Amino acid sequence: MELLIKNGFVYDPINGVNGEKMDIAIKDGKIVEKVNEREAKIIDASGMVVMPGGIDIHSHIAGGKVNAGRLLRPEDHFKDVERKTAVTRSGVGYSIPSTFTTGYRYARMGWTTVMDPAMPPLEAKHTHEELSDTPIIDKASYPLLGDWWFVLEYLRDGKIEECARHVAWMIKATKGYAIKLVNPGGLEAWGFGRNVESIDDPVPHFGITPREIIRGLCKVNKLLNLPHTIHVHTNNLGKPGNYITALETMKCVEDLAEDDKPAIHITHCQFCAFKGDDWRTFQSGAEEIANYVNAHSHVTMDMGQIIFTDTTTMTADGPFQYTLYMLSGNKWTNHDVETETSAGIVPFHYKRKSYVHATQWSIGLELALLIKDPWKILMTTDHPNAGPFIAYPRIVAWLMSRKAREATLKKINPKARSRSLLPSIKRELDFYEIAVVTRAGQAKALGLKSKGHLGVGADADIAIYNFNPETMDPSRKYKAVRRAFKRAAYTIKSGQVVVKDGEILKHVDGATMWIDVQLCEPCEIELNENMKRRFKEYWTVEFENYPVSEDYLAISRPIPVKADV
Amino acid sequence: MNVNLYPIKEFKLPIVAECINPDVFKGKSLKEVEALEVWEGNKQKRLGELFKVEGENVEGAKEAPVITVHGDVSRVRRIGAGMKSGEIVVKGDAGMHLGEEMRGGKITVYGNVLGWAGSMMKGGTIEIYGNAGDYLGSPYRGSTEGMKGGKIIVHGNVGREVGAHMKKGIIKIYGCAGQFVGFRMRGGTIYVQKDCEARAGACMVDGTIVVGGHIESVMPTFTIEGLRKKVKIEESEVVETPFYLFIGDLTENGHGRLFVAKGPNPHLNHYERFL
Repeated sequence: MELLIKNGFVYDPINGVNGEKMDIAIKDGKIVEKVNEREAKIIDASGMVVMPGGIDIHSHIAGGKVNAGRLLRPEDHFKDVERKTAVTRSGVGYSIPSTFTTGYRYARMGWTTVMDPAMPPLEAKHTHEELSDTPIIDKASYPLLGDWWFVLEYLRDGKIEECARHVAWMIKATKGYAIKLVNPGGLEAWGFGRNVESIDDPVPHFGITPREIIRGLCKVNKLLNLPHTIHVHTNNLGKPGNYITALETMKCVEDLAEDDKPAIHITHCQFCAFKGDDWRTFQSGAEEIANYVNAHSHVTMDMGQIIFTDTTTMTADGPFQYTLYMLSGNKWTNHDVETETSAGIVPFHYKRKSYVHATQWSIGLELALLIKDPWKILMTTDHPNAGPFIAYPRIVAWLMSRKAREATLKKINPKARSRSLLPSIKRELDFYEIAVVTRAGQAKALGLKSKGHLGVGADADIAIYNFNPETMDPSRKYKAVRRAFKRAAYTIKSGQVVVKDGEILKHVDGATMWIDVQLCEPCEIELNENMKRRFKEYWTVEFENYPVSEDYLAISRPIPVKADV
Repeated sequence: MNVNLYPIKEFKLPIVAECINPDVFKGKSLKEVEALEVWEGNKQKRLGELFKVEGENVEGAKEAPVITVHGDVSRVRRIGAGMKSGEIVVKGDAGMHLGEEMRGGKITVYGNVLGWAGSMMKGGTIEIYGNAGDYLGSPYRGSTEGMKGGKIIVHGNVGREVGAHMKKGIIKIYGCAGQFVGFRMRGGTIYVQKDCEARAGACMVDGTIVVGGHIESVMPTFTIEGLRKKVKIEESEVVETPFYLFIGDLTENGHGRLFVAKGPNPHLNHYERFL
């Protein structure tokens, strides 16, 4: 099918297009030079913003703990119900929407690619089942390998190449996309009721420090030529004073970076930019983090922006979730504590009037605005930890408009307001920069070659928003920006119009991307013999049942990568 | 001002009709009232398709009307949900989630009511002349946002988990109550005039439960505090009979008060030796 998008204001940062009036031609799901105007279906985008489809680098949308969260929170769903329509299926929201609702809601906002950032390898099949059931959007998942016994052992023994081969096998076995580290070392310690305090605190029973794990996996990542960097959820997350840990984590891989390429992704950075000794002296450490990131080129990060609402926090960081449970007194559950990870889930309400929550809100925006290069700081809410992803239009408005920030500042805790750096920050992002933080930057950080841009050959994933940048000023008309991003005028997925004026027109299935790492020499037999023995001893599943085969994915899209080992 | 609703048929499917609410009816003509949306099973319908609407035309009125429902509406859920003013009278049985998240006004039911009546209520009054189901004044499953104000009076019996997670307000039951009265209660008052099944006040932290009749047992995590000659339920209601006063639930470091009438509970006499 041929499609032609005419006269839109195109924002395509990867190709350097900044709001020029252009036509975009689509054929067979790809962007092409031109199509036959008489035969193609024409979309009139005059007076509208045209961007590549949105990408979310970090959003918990599937897997064991997400599902446990759904079960834990019936009260989260009952007020937010999606009725079925002629094309869509019914579902429920709010902070942990059902799979179908997740796909529809992302598409309605113009997002077309979403990464699920925490897949316990043991739950890989479950995760992929849910991802296959999530319509419209393309997705991928990062296996949790920072506390994986085999990795810890290889790194302890200094066997980087063996470790790389093992990780390559794991990524193929779990059909993963990148290496995820959550509180490296801390989760293993949590299995014995402990945690690690800093990146040099040894992990019990392994005699290895988080620093060695981060550096080791960063080297492994490089040996395997994975498109994304290591994806790190830092130690001490959510504790006052943890900005030092975040800085140390970034510093520890400084020497591993090559020719200005990023070597580490610090995720939901808002949660690891806390200053102060305890919750009473709690302050923003955004300035220190921003200064470091501005001076270095080996880091990318995402915001983890707080939204004032009732949400559900869920991370693989069990010890942190336990702390949160003790703080909030809310119900909680600890999930998948079996040699691999340790997820925790706690419902949480971020309140405007709370000093700590209001400061956290400020930290996220301070980071996004103080880091000068938008390619280094990407927009997320760490859905659903800091807020559900449906709040993205509000974050876009906050980033684009000082007036929008001031309107919210007026309503927050007065002490937090007086200490916030936001009133002093004049910067307002334009549509080009918004396209970077929501699409192009995310695609670049993820190494997605065919996404996040509108050049010839790219996937035809396009979002069109009904906002005229020529006649309207986003900084003053921030409510119109919010409305436009809430309901995309059009969302086009693989060359098909799936959303018009915020309504789903068509149910299409999205693909699951995974990295097919090709090693220089086959080494699987030796690997399997060793693993089989260990599986017999420690695991609850048979080794043969462990890997996810390709036919398990509804639509599989392997991305071949040649490794150096 | 008065609007009368008569069910056209015997309802077989569950109906969700949160539009039966004086604030929604306010200022609307009868035609507009008939056009309000309701769900019957999985089909969207108009209120006029399920109910005959009669009464004065309230078009342009500034005050919320009195809505009277005549007949059995036990399959109709969420009547008066979120109402702030006005009055609803149900002359028959009412369905689940009656007056959910109600903030003001009054609902009177001359019949029985199913579960979750007055769930997450913040103000106003619900008076039920028949029996009430489970979870009276309790939040939705999983939620900890209990009743925050208002008053519920039941003249019949009630089911289990009355006033779970309650923070403020008063629930008066002139009949018997099921298990787990005031589960995880944090404030407010629950009065059960007659008998009460076991586990009253489980996990309560604060608030008052008064049991005027026989109670199966008092949880072992409650400790006896003393004997009281009378207990004040509210300004206009004082029960004058000897009561045991228990404090708990100690597993939650709670200091909630559980009053149990001495007369109908001779099996609790052994507590007196601790006084």
